[in-house]
Amino acid sequence: MSRGASSHVRGPAPDTARAAAFTRDEAMAVAAARRLANGSVVFVGIGLPSTACNLARATHAPDCVLVYESGTIGAKPTRLPLSIGDGELAETADAVVSVPEIFAYWLQGGRIDVGFLGAAQIDRFGNLNSTVIGDYEHPKVRLPGAGGAPEIARHCREILVVIRHSPRAFVERLDFRSSSGERVAAVITDLGVLEPDPATRELVLTELQPGVEAGAVVEATGWPLRVAPDVAECEPPGDAELAALRALEEAR
Amino acid sequence: MAHVTTLSEAVRELVHDGDVVALEGFTHLIPHAAGHELIRQGRRDLTLVRMTPDVVYDQLIGMGCARKLVFSWGGNPGVGSLRRFRDAVENGWPAPLELEEHSHAGMAAAYAAGASNLPFGVLRGYDGTDLAARTRVAAIECPFTGERLAAVPALRPDVGVVHAQRADRKGNVQLWGILGVQREVVLASRRSLVTVEEVVDELEPVPGAAVIPGWAVTAVAEAPRGAHPSYAHGYYDRDNAFYAEWDAIASDRDRFAAWMEANVLAVAR
Repeated sequence: MSRGASSHVRGPAPDTARAAAFTRDEAMAVAAARRLANGSVVFVGIGLPSTACNLARATHAPDCVLVYESGTIGAKPTRLPLSIGDGELAETADAVVSVPEIFAYWLQGGRIDVGFLGAAQIDRFGNLNSTVIGDYEHPKVRLPGAGGAPEIARHCREILVVIRHSPRAFVERLDFRSSSGERVAAVITDLGVLEPDPATRELVLTELQPGVEAGAVVEATGWPLRVAPDVAECEPPGDAELAALRALEEAR
Repeated sequence: MAHVTTLSEAVRELVHDGDVVALEGFTHLIPHAAGHELIRQGRRDLTLVRMTPDVVYDQLIGMGCARKLVFSWGGNPGVGSLRRFRDAVENGWPAPLELEEHSHAGMAAAYAAGASNLPFGVLRGYDGTDLAARTRVAAIECPFTGERLAAVPALRPDVGVVHAQRADRKGNVQLWGILGVQREVVLASRRSLVTVEEVVDELEPVPGAAVIPGWAVTAVAEAPRGAHPSYAHGYYDRDNAFYAEWDAIASDRDRFAAWMEANVLAVAR
């Protein structure tokens, strides 16, 4: 069957040997890390974004500059920090500045190339919700809130989103818009990669994680997801990438 | 000139029911011991201000000290939810909690404005979000270029509380590592309390350290390990295991109450 722009496109057949060699989360972290060009200056959120950025630095992008909102510029942690302000970030940083300075001089000042964000919900234009599930006044789930996201999303040259794919996360309508999707360049998930259509800014499925069929991604998306005619399969994680990722996780 | 006193004296003198109180520390130097003293002294109806309410605010909220929370990110970093904060917002337990919610950049600008004795902070932000409709932010026009910018009202807490590594006997405070908004909250607040790991005869210079002169601080109190489970750079590390354990402790109202009784209320400082 040829690949076309329909929700019924079949991806490559699952490769069981390959599928056993790494988890979907590992494939997501590797795909996200590969998006970072060496030397880029990155504003790093905690969790999946921090994993991806540190993996990039440990593999193809040793000169990436990791900036954490705690004010640590050029942090070079050897293990994954639990929080955005672990002591190792300050100890290994090129500079430590105050929180008002990191947001005003460095982020708003236009010195950050890439912002890495996660969220609880995303819509088809890459807008993110990390504030509430349900009604704001009477939420079903009160989430932590926007934190740095509104201004990260506005001031970095481009935004990468890392988020696990499910109909609960990929929604037709956000319960709350915590940050704008205007600068989203790619959404990297455990099932594939979505990129905005240059004309409409609607997210389109452009890459599939190894062994994942496009139909499965469409099914895991809460809006009618468009599939690129030339949807490609991501290169599976390499041995060196997996070794580096597992070393980071183990040292946590 | 700051007076050097005990933590319980300082809290009794500086913090009153109904006050607007900001306990700050961005992951680092979070004034846990001071928060516990507020709980022990049974402060009520506080408006709590903090960029990143985490475990210590979960405790204050769960113990019924707070009426309102002004914040930008309320979670357990790297672990997940704040269970007591969620219970208050979702179920009104132990009391309803009014929220004023900002972005980090907005809070940082509001503290800087407070420290600068300005009525508001200004930034490019909040646009393209639903936050603007839910918080105290206004659009203003730049008088020189006409650009539309966001204005946030200055934060001027009644009391600012931070932790630092050390102070001398004149109350000069020295801190280093991640500085957060420690200086801003001390300078923005009407009264300020700084807890320190130790009071020393002389402050030895440390690379990258900030000094807050004693004459800009109201009171200094010694509180060794007073940031734990947060950390004090050069003294002890962040207790990441405790942050992970807190999730289970705070998940259950009774277990939370028992933990607070054993580890905070029954502890004399």
